[in-house]
Amino acid sequence: MDSKMKTSRRTFLKGSVALAGGSVAGAAAANEADPLITEVQDWASTTGAGVDETPYGMPISFEKDVVRRNVEWLTASPISSINFTPIHALDGTITPQGCAFERHHSGAIELRKEDFRLMVNGLVDTPLVFSYQDLERFPRENHVYFCECAANTGMEWAGAQLNGAQFTHGMIHNMEYTGVPLRTLLNEAGLSPAGDLTDKWVYVEGADASSNGRSIPMEKALDDVLVAFKANGEALRMEHGYPVRLVVPGWEGNMWVKWLRRIEVTDAAVGSREETSKYTDVYEDGTARKWTWVMDAKSVITSPSPQMPVSHAPGPMVISGLAWSGHGKITRVDVSRDGGITWQKARLGKQGDSKALTRFYLDGDWDGSAMLLQSRAMDETGYVQPTKQQLRESRGENSVYHNNCIQTWYVDENGVVENVEVS
Amino acid sequence: MSKSLSQIVLPVAGGTALALSVALVVANLDYGQNKISSLEGRLEQASVRADDAAGKAREEAAVTAELEAKIAEIQADARVRAASNSGLTEYAPNKESGYGLGRKARTEEIAAWDIDVLPDGRGLPQGRGDVFTGEEVFAEKCASCHGDFAEGVDNWPVLAGGFDTLADKDPVKTVGSYWPHLSTVWDYVHRSMPFGEAQTLTPDETYAIVAYILYSNDLVDDEFELSHENFSDFEMYNKVGFLIDDRPEREYAKWSNDPCMENCKPSVEITMRATFLDVTPENGGESVMNDAKADDTPTFVAKAATPDATGGGAEAAATKSPAVDPALLASGEKVFKKCKACHAVGEGAKNKSGPQLNGLIGRPMGAVEGFKYSRVFVAAHGEGRIWDETALTEFLAKPKSYMKGTKMSFSGLKKEEDLAAIKAYLKSFGE
Repeated sequence: MDSKMKTSRRTFLKGSVALAGGSVAGAAAANEADPLITEVQDWASTTGAGVDETPYGMPISFEKDVVRRNVEWLTASPISSINFTPIHALDGTITPQGCAFERHHSGAIELRKEDFRLMVNGLVDTPLVFSYQDLERFPRENHVYFCECAANTGMEWAGAQLNGAQFTHGMIHNMEYTGVPLRTLLNEAGLSPAGDLTDKWVYVEGADASSNGRSIPMEKALDDVLVAFKANGEALRMEHGYPVRLVVPGWEGNMWVKWLRRIEVTDAAVGSREETSKYTDVYEDGTARKWTWVMDAKSVITSPSPQMPVSHAPGPMVISGLAWSGHGKITRVDVSRDGGITWQKARLGKQGDSKALTRFYLDGDWDGSAMLLQSRAMDETGYVQPTKQQLRESRGENSVYHNNCIQTWYVDENGVVENVEVS
Repeated sequence: MSKSLSQIVLPVAGGTALALSVALVVANLDYGQNKISSLEGRLEQASVRADDAAGKAREEAAVTAELEAKIAEIQADARVRAASNSGLTEYAPNKESGYGLGRKARTEEIAAWDIDVLPDGRGLPQGRGDVFTGEEVFAEKCASCHGDFAEGVDNWPVLAGGFDTLADKDPVKTVGSYWPHLSTVWDYVHRSMPFGEAQTLTPDETYAIVAYILYSNDLVDDEFELSHENFSDFEMYNKVGFLIDDRPEREYAKWSNDPCMENCKPSVEITMRATFLDVTPENGGESVMNDAKADDTPTFVAKAATPDATGGGAEAAATKSPAVDPALLASGEKVFKKCKACHAVGEGAKNKSGPQLNGLIGRPMGAVEGFKYSRVFVAAHGEGRIWDETALTEFLAKPKSYMKGTKMSFSGLKKEEDLAAIKAYLKSFGE
C-alpha cells in the first residue's frame, strides 16, 4: 500500500500512473531521484515514541479506516444491531478482536470476573455454580474457529445490495479461543438423569438483558463446544462476551452465547425467540426451516473488492480472499475472472483448519481489462459453494439467513470495483 | 522392574471414540513424568546402597546404568511423540469422576435463573391476564416501539398481521403469522422485554400482554383471558409451518459434484448492480442509493471459448449474427421435448394449449393473436413487458413464481445448461 502522506503523494503523482481508485503506483517509474531516499527524512533524524507511550497499543493512525462499520438503516437501534468486520482490509486468517464484528440484542454489558457466575442445572446429578476462577482450573484447550452470523450476506438474497465485502460478508470473525470443553462441565455436574442422552438438549443463555437463549443438541454439546474465556491470547473483549462466551464451532453465530450464565440440560428444545421467530429460513411456499445450525461452505474475494479497488497498473496482481465451512476443512477454492465461465484453482495460504477461515490467493497478471471476479469454495465433505441461482432455485427468495452464494465483483478497466449479479 | 517397563505399550493418538482418546492422552501425559520420577527414586536408593555396601556396589551400578538408559529412552520417546504431534497436543483430559470444582446450586438460585418456558408450557408460573388489561399494559410499556396496535414503529418489530404473506418475497413474520409456539411469546416478553427494562414484568402482566398481542392478531376476541390453565390449549396459526433442516437431502448431494472448470456457461452478462454504494471515506462509511437505472448495467464481454467437438459449453447466440453452436442447438431441441406437448415452434407453428413460440425473444408478452392468455399475461401485455433473455430465463426456471397465476403447468428447468440450450434453440426460430 502506498503512503497516504500528502508530501509523498504530491511528489509521486508526477511520473506515476494515477488510477481511478485514487491511489498512486509505486516508485518504479520515477524519472528523477526519489527525495524519500536522497533527502534525510524527519523520522530518520529525530527520535520516535518512547515505550509505554501507549500501554496497550492501537493500530497506527494511517490505518484508522480499518474499523468495524454499521449499516444504520438495517436495524432500529445500535443497541440491538450488528456491525461488520473490515475483511476487505485484513489478510491472513486471524481477526484482531478490536475490529471483529459485534452483534448485540440488548447492548454489550460490563460484567466483572468477580461477578461472573455460571450455573449448570436441569437433568444433571448435581446442579452446580462455577466462578470464573473455577473455569480456569479445568483442563483447557486452544482452537481456531470462525464465527459467522447466520444473516451474513442476508441482504443479497433479492439482489446485489451493498457495495463492499465488509458489508456483504463482514459478519464473520476468526479467532484462537482458549476454553474448557463444555463436556467437561457437563461431566462435572453428572449426566445420569439425562439417561442415554438421546433427544436431550443443552439450553444456553447469557447474562445480558436480552438473555439470548439457544438449544443445542446433546451430541454437539459433547463434541467440540467450548466455554471460552480468551481469544487470540487475551481476555475476550466486552463486545464479544467478556468474561466468558460459548464457542460453537461451525454453527451460526447466534448460538455462541456471550456473557454465558446458564447451561441447562433439557429433554426438549426450548423453542426460544432466537430459534423460532429468528434464524429460521422461509421457503418459497411459506413453510420455514428450523434448526439450520451448520454454516455451509462459503468464500469471498476480499481484494480486489468495492472498498479495495485495484490501485496499480496492469501487471502482477494478487487476488485474495477467505473461505470457510462449518462442516470441516476447506480443501479447495476456485477463482473465476469472467463471471463463472472459466475457473482456476487458487493457492491456499496454508492447509485449512477445520471450521476456521482459510486464506486463498490467485497470483497472476492483470491485463487491464474488465473482470467479473468470483470465488467458489469446496470443503472436505465434497460440498461445492452454490451460485445465487442454485440457492434461489432451492429455497426461493424469502429467506434472510444462510446465504452462502458465490459473490461477483465487477472490476472495470480503471480498477473500480462494484457488487453485481450476473446471468 | 525393567521387564515391566519394556512391557508398556506406547499408545497412538487419534482413537476414534472420544473417551478413548481422552484416556490415552492422560496416559501419555502421565506416562513419561511418572516413570521418570519413580526411576529417579530408584536411582537415589541405588546410590545410597552402593555407598553402604561396597559388595553390592557393582551390582547396583549395573542397575543404575540400566535405569538411566531407560530414562533416556522414555525422554527420547516423549520428544519423538511431541515432535510428531501424536497424543500430547490433542484433547484436554476429562476426569470421569469430575474435578470437584464449583459448588452446589441452591434451590432459590435455580428458581431465580431457570425461568425459561418450554413449548408444552413447562416452566410457566401461575397467573392470568385479559385482553383489556393487556391493552393498558401494552400501551404503557410496549407501544412506544411496537405501536398501539402492535404494528411496529420505525424499524422496530411488527407483532401483528402478516397472515398469508409468508410465501411472498418479503414475508411479514409476526407473532400471529409466524411464531409456532405461544410459550416463546410468553418467555420472551417475560424474560427480555420491555427493551431496557427486562425482567420487570410480573407474570400477570405478561399473561395480559400476550393476550393483547393475540387479540391484535385477531386470534382471540376481546373477552379473552390467558392463564396458566388455558395456556397449553392455545394453538398458534403457524404451528405446523416448520420443517427440520433438510439441506442434507435437499442440497448437499446435488451440490457435491466435481465442479465445472471451463466453458461452464456460454456467456455472461451483468444483470444487477449494488443498490447501495457504500462509500468508505477516511472517517467511516456512508450509504447512498445507487441512482443507476436497472438497464444501466455495465456491459461485460466474456464468452466461453469456441467449444471443441465434444462441446462442453458453447457461445451463446448473444449477438445479432451469431455462429450458433450446433451442439447447443441439438441439446436445445432435446430440452424442447418437455415443451412440445403444449407449444409449437418453427415454420407454420400454430397455437396449441400454449401459444406458438416463433420469434419469441423480443416479442411482447401475451401478444400471439388468437391465444387466450391467463390474466397475468394479459396484464403483462398491458404493461408493455417484453420477452427478453432475462425474462425468459427467469420464467423458464420457475414459471409459477415468475408469473404468479400462469396457466402453464410446467415446474421449470433446473439446470443452467438446459436453460441456455432452450434459449439458443428458441432463438434460432426468429421471425
